[in-house]
Amino acid sequence: MSDIAIRVESLSKRYLLGHQANTPKGEDATLRDNLVGAARGLLRRTKEMARGGALVAGDSVEDFWALKDVSFEVKRGEVVGIIGRNGAGKSTLLKILSRITEPTSGRITLNGRVSSLLEVGTGFHPELSGRENIFLNGAILGMSRKEIQTKFDEIVDFAEVEKFLDTPVKRYSSGMYVRLAFAVSAHLEPEILIVDEVLAVGDVQFQKKCLGKMQSVAGEGRTVLFVSHNMAAVEQLTQSAVMLRAGRMVERGPTTEVVHAYMTIAGAGNEVVFDVANTPRKYPGNDKARIVQLRFDRIAPVFSPGEPFEFMVRIQSNSDTSGARISMTIFGADGTPIGSCFAPPAISLRARSISDVRVTLPEHMLAPGSYYCGLSVGTGDHITGVVDFDVVLDTLHFEVRPEKGEDSTVSAWTRAWGTIVFNPLKLELEQSPLQVAA
Amino acid sequence: MIHPHTLILEAGRADRQYWQDLWRYRELFAVLAWRDVTVRYKQTIIGAAWAVLQPFATLVVFTVLFGYIAKMPTEGSTPYPLLVFAGLLPWQLFASSAGAISNSLVGNASLISKVYFPRLIVPASAMVVCLIDFAISLVLLMGLLIWFAYWPGWQVLLLPGFVAMAVLASLGPGLFIASLNVKYRDFRIVIPFIIQMGLYVSPVGFSSSVVPEQWRLLYSLNPMVGVIDGFRWAVLGGNVNFYMPGFMLSWCVIAFFLWLGIRKFRQMERSFADLI
Repeated sequence: MSDIAIRVESLSKRYLLGHQANTPKGEDATLRDNLVGAARGLLRRTKEMARGGALVAGDSVEDFWALKDVSFEVKRGEVVGIIGRNGAGKSTLLKILSRITEPTSGRITLNGRVSSLLEVGTGFHPELSGRENIFLNGAILGMSRKEIQTKFDEIVDFAEVEKFLDTPVKRYSSGMYVRLAFAVSAHLEPEILIVDEVLAVGDVQFQKKCLGKMQSVAGEGRTVLFVSHNMAAVEQLTQSAVMLRAGRMVERGPTTEVVHAYMTIAGAGNEVVFDVANTPRKYPGNDKARIVQLRFDRIAPVFSPGEPFEFMVRIQSNSDTSGARISMTIFGADGTPIGSCFAPPAISLRARSISDVRVTLPEHMLAPGSYYCGLSVGTGDHITGVVDFDVVLDTLHFEVRPEKGEDSTVSAWTRAWGTIVFNPLKLELEQSPLQVAA
Repeated sequence: MIHPHTLILEAGRADRQYWQDLWRYRELFAVLAWRDVTVRYKQTIIGAAWAVLQPFATLVVFTVLFGYIAKMPTEGSTPYPLLVFAGLLPWQLFASSAGAISNSLVGNASLISKVYFPRLIVPASAMVVCLIDFAISLVLLMGLLIWFAYWPGWQVLLLPGFVAMAVLASLGPGLFIASLNVKYRDFRIVIPFIIQMGLYVSPVGFSSSVVPEQWRLLYSLNPMVGVIDGFRWAVLGGNVNFYMPGFMLSWCVIAFFLWLGIRKFRQMERSFADLI
């Protein structure tokens, strides 16, 4: 029997993208412009419908290759991570592999029964009880009624929802809902399992349980394809990885190397930009200056433990200010503030100008996990009192990945230890050991 | 050696094992149908009684409107309410089933974009709910027959055949519109309109024998004419005259739409997930 579980050969998938033509829009448009635009759109859509094509919004249509000429092989029992930025083609690849959509060209050979998990709780019906939803969801994922019956107790146990089995799931807390949904998925027994970003749900305790379950699935010789943005999860679960970029495969090899490549590719286009010029603000500042853009100069906002935490801030100032500073508060993924720091008042801003400031936190001391930080530009600090020109919260999400041991094992930092890795303790022996009388 | 579960995915390849796959996914069909039935009357006060109340109200209105005000002739000695109800039942089955099928794909968009299964299962299971509502109204028909002390003849044994005919009549246009609905949501707005028009051009509130003889064949181009006539004949027995050429023509129209609907559905099926 061949030991290749999945073979992908020059796979491509094309979508159509709509564009708005360069005519006046919104306030500048006259009634005539709008009518002409609408008529043109209607004409195009009618033509399209007559030919049997798809309706695409916009005035003109362009081809878009979500995947272009992707080839790779996965051996039986191998657990492979698929990484790449948003829009790199990961989801398209999974959709083709799970037969939801057809490739435009190329071919895939799958040796074994396939189950795919693109979402937990697909098809859950809010009006149905937990018990009913287990059967519904199971059937949708391809389990037979008998199979579900034999695993029913196990599923209920795993989800910890015994008491609410006959309650409609619309009355469930979101945690219960997700646990039940994942429990059904976790009891699938295919030979090839295709998983999308489904571990990003549930509380930390449950996530760990799911990771454990997935690892045991992999341990039983099953082939798993695992897509995630969570580098820590990819590194923990997979031995090898595929990296996609703009629809093409750019890297294939051991996970550590691929993840390293993913995080270090530099150059144009490898930055993560957040445009915050017009996003709503939770705390209004005095508008002397405004933060217009935040940017990580790397392909993904993922940092190693020892690495400085670094990003760029673009500030547009409306008045002359000297002695401005930037301050930052880091929050855990659940919103708990972890700590704050102030930069010295060293920036001079000139009226009606835009400045780029590189912000560096030399030692972030954060434990592996997901975080985000809030930023403010202003004057003063916690000692002298604070005046904020502008405050941006909730935007700058980033991740700290686990440290690699020498044998490339992943270090374990338990959540119960907190979110800060303080500098190593200093130990000094003050006294020579006393002899204890026997 | 080739693995027993080897699957090859290529452009245009999904067609091959289609009908086999459909059989393999029969359990999913049962589960989806069961879901729709269970959910249908959840959190309502009178529950399944709605399935009786709706046709009953229509029956009263039509009897008054066509029987007493417009004074349409009945068939032989049949009481007018029976005539109306024997037409209303297959019509309601057709109308609800065509509507449910047309909206089934869009209504299950989250399933279609996340899991693979032969898509034909979705409209098929949507139809089951309508059949169950129909079965409930059949009980009401029996009540009416007893009330009017009307004993149907041997023809009633052929009733299942006419039920199947109504279902097939809804399946063709339903599938056709369901597939187009995925791409062009215009059809979602058009369906209720068409169905409402259909109610008045089909012989629901009146007997099709009021249509002048020379127009009857043309009138039978509406497939529901054949279905309703047949249904009445089966329930009301010999009292109804049965127009064979029109009935055959209705079958031809049904077969044509069925072919068209399935063809369109199969042709568009592979792109549902991209378009929905």
